[in-house]
Amino acid sequence: MSLRIELPCPRAALAALEAGDEVLLSGALYTMRDAGHQRALECLGREGELPFGLAGQALFYAGPTPPAAGRPLGSVGPTTASRMDFATPALMEAGIVACIGKGKRAPEVVRACQSTGSVYLAAVGGIAALLARHVTASELVAWEDLGTEALRRLTVEDLPAYVAIDAAGRDLYRAVEEGAL
Amino acid sequence: MHEPTAPARGATLSPESIGQAVYDAIRHCAVTLRPDYREALEEARTAADDDSPHGARAARVLGQIAENARIGAADQVPICQDTGTVWACLEAGPDMMVPGDAFRLVDDAVARAYRDGALRMSVVRDALLDRANTNTNAPAFCEVRLVPEPGARLHVLLKGGGSDNASRVVMLAPGAGPEGVIDVVLDCVREKAANACPPLVVGVGVGSTFDKVAGLAKHALLRPVGGQPQSAKAAFFEDALLERINALGIGPAALGGTPTALAVHVETAPCHIAALPVAVNLGCCAMRSATIELSGGAL
Repeated sequence: MSLRIELPCPRAALAALEAGDEVLLSGALYTMRDAGHQRALECLGREGELPFGLAGQALFYAGPTPPAAGRPLGSVGPTTASRMDFATPALMEAGIVACIGKGKRAPEVVRACQSTGSVYLAAVGGIAALLARHVTASELVAWEDLGTEALRRLTVEDLPAYVAIDAAGRDLYRAVEEGAL
Repeated sequence: MHEPTAPARGATLSPESIGQAVYDAIRHCAVTLRPDYREALEEARTAADDDSPHGARAARVLGQIAENARIGAADQVPICQDTGTVWACLEAGPDMMVPGDAFRLVDDAVARAYRDGALRMSVVRDALLDRANTNTNAPAFCEVRLVPEPGARLHVLLKGGGSDNASRVVMLAPGAGPEGVIDVVLDCVREKAANACPPLVVGVGVGSTFDKVAGLAKHALLRPVGGQPQSAKAAFFEDALLERINALGIGPAALGGTPTALAVHVETAPCHIAALPVAVNLGCCAMRSATIELSGGAL
């Protein structure tokens, strides 16, 4: 069964999730990729807090295509999450409650999920036309010069994803890998 | 796509016809899951065992990939948000003339196709010195191959960053033998498949030189899934390797189960007595490429 999650939500609402659960996400997601993570870290270092009201929000590691077919985005899907490992623990400590990407994470990210009560969710890569059907609005927030890597606020409805690392530090990718050998 | 036409001997390929072929191929590929991949995906769905560990999740992901392909075609939207870099290979036979400016209009065609198709601009000006986006998705990465077969054709591949990043070149010692080659491929898949969007098509190059072996692996991805291997020996090696990859249990989207790969394609070549170069280029579940027959002067 799929669990519905309304975003933004307090970490307490994520505590019951277990690695392997399928979730359907509704509400706000902020797109952020490689270049955005560097800028967010710079802001955090300079100001001592996350910019643009990101504390308490969820990040989607995604660089969408432009609007198409009458939708706010033609297609959108997760990019490789491990490229954000360098910034994720600091961003979770500063208030990010969930991030959505694809692929395995570093042990530091597992520990950050545990210590902050945050979660890492995996969306399926390569189904971006399908995922875009779950996006009802897209609004530029900042960093327009980054093009597809700009910070956008998406409104989503029942976007499908899986719990890859839960707040107890259980790791779905690791479990799959260990079962495989 | 263009119909093949028999070229006259000495027919000259024009930059215009190559540019047009690039434009058409990009617009088509961005919204189209390669038909041979789609067919193999359907076979995998039929064969799927929902009751195996992770089986229900694997079946659900395979269904989503098929549904995504349907939406891409119906709505003419990109099947993946990473609409890739443009990789193009012009193959020309002995009856064709290739002018030195054959690729003159390619970057312009790329810019128009990415703008007109509302595709994603994913190219920076310089990997090291200037990572500003070119905002056109140009330049394309092009090569020419002179081949014995008559006529000329253009292969166009839209390659996503995730699956290309998950690829590698390893220079083995010849003593490592076939088991060493297998280990390189299995290590690559085990470590990187989760980033490369499985079910994969695994392109493997073995032989030639350090720079050329990666090209062998990339060309291996152009062969249709289910297409003819290089030889019976190569076919045996491919089947054995596919079985071992799928025994890893990584599964669709790396969320467990099977299949992890739909095919392994191996291209081999001669090499130095001291060498055993191996390259692995992973193809993702949004496999996008097309081959367009060209004719000199007719386009």
